[in-house]
Amino acid sequence: MSDTPSFPILMQRRQSAAALLAMVLVWQIASSIAADRLFPGPVQVVSVLLSEAVGGELLYHLGISLARVVASLAVAVVIGTALGYAAGRSRRADVWMRPWIVVLLNMPALITVILIYIWLGLAEMALVLAVALNKIPNVVVTIREGAGQLDKDLGEMAELYRFSRAAMLRHVVLPQLAPFFLVTLRSGLAITWKIVLLAELLGRSNGVGFQLQVYFQNFDVTHILAYAISFGVVMLAIEYGLLVPLERRLFAWRR
Amino acid sequence: MAALMLAIRIEEKTFPGHDAQPLTVFRSLSLDIADGEVCVLTGASGVGKSTLLSIVSGLDREFRGSVSGRPSPIGMLFQTPRLLPWLTALRNVEIAVPGRATDASRWLAAVGLTGHEQDYPQRLSGGMARRVALARALAVEPALLLLDEPFASLDETTAQAMRALLHSGFARRRPTTLMVTHDLANASSLGDRVIVLEGSPARVVRDVAISRGGEPGSGRASMAGPAR
Repeated sequence: MSDTPSFPILMQRRQSAAALLAMVLVWQIASSIAADRLFPGPVQVVSVLLSEAVGGELLYHLGISLARVVASLAVAVVIGTALGYAAGRSRRADVWMRPWIVVLLNMPALITVILIYIWLGLAEMALVLAVALNKIPNVVVTIREGAGQLDKDLGEMAELYRFSRAAMLRHVVLPQLAPFFLVTLRSGLAITWKIVLLAELLGRSNGVGFQLQVYFQNFDVTHILAYAISFGVVMLAIEYGLLVPLERRLFAWRR
Repeated sequence: MAALMLAIRIEEKTFPGHDAQPLTVFRSLSLDIADGEVCVLTGASGVGKSTLLSIVSGLDREFRGSVSGRPSPIGMLFQTPRLLPWLTALRNVEIAVPGRATDASRWLAAVGLTGHEQDYPQRLSGGMARRVALARALAVEPALLLLDEPFASLDETTAQAMRALLHSGFARRRPTTLMVTHDLANASSLGDRVIVLEGSPARVVRDVAISRGGEPGSGRASMAGPAR
């Protein structure tokens, strides 16, 4: 079989590139019409982005924020998966957890961050915990759905053939939860990024959120947009460099 | 006469009905199966044959009664293949016999699936998937073998080959076997005994020992059990 992408995939990629180009063009035209320093064009923003990336502090702050995102998401996924699995497999656990989940799901991130900062101080640990607390309910809900849909027939087969606990987890449970993990990772990254920025803005002296606050005070829209684009680039890199290959690997059996 | 081994005593087995009327599948059903005996279980669809297999396997514990003398390990061919879709055919067999990849490979060859070891179940036909499941059931070297419609969805040639495989397997090592089938004519050539279930709740209406004459099965060399 050839490795050449099939025609529809090639078409999709071309159309995505065209859509992106159209967006940049609209932005350039709009900024030319506005002719205001508060609405810089893409060329100006990208040039600031490049100079910040090469000689400035962008990579340092981006790295710090990214590390916080990874740490918070890891804590949220580990705790949320354990709780979600319990809720999906046990009616009693689900009943006990449900009110907590509903309350936490609807709690504004701002409140959680402020409260945790007040209780634990403006520390790194507090940030990670605050962000994770915001994400845990989403993980619980998603994994609960997956755990509730585990195939009973496969479970019986594994029981009959006396699979070890490890084999049961690795070969029966986790592959069935994999699509739910991917959903939670994708939505988790998006949500976690946003909350990390908020938490940095409120209580840290570095990271992208902190930098945005500084540029906001100076009304430096060019730098704000440069940081925003850098975000987009990182998210795209994670999506296509990590999540898509992971998805391909996990679901190779479907092809 | 072989020693009595598997004693099935079902006082009552009910399923909750769709219209809140529970369905009693078995009441006061008693069956004794001797060590190494091959029993063919037949009866109309829905009479409870698969439920009985499930109870005997120990997977269905929601009944009043007992199953004593259940040997181990158990190999079971379920009504559906129940393969793990994310594992290849070979891994699906090997996972039941951890660390015995060569055995798994031999059994796949025995069911005629050489060349399909690395195929995922999605790429296999229904009949091939059933054969992988049969290889898995046999690979564990079961002391108790439970087969639910083993020849369903197989073409006649393959079904014949599978019967020959079971024949040759039974000739070497004879696990206590309970085989559900509608194909009484062919299955009885494998069995020592035919049990017919009928009614609701189901009861044994016939329990016939089969006298063995002549050489069983066609014994095709290509489908013989794996060489040891």
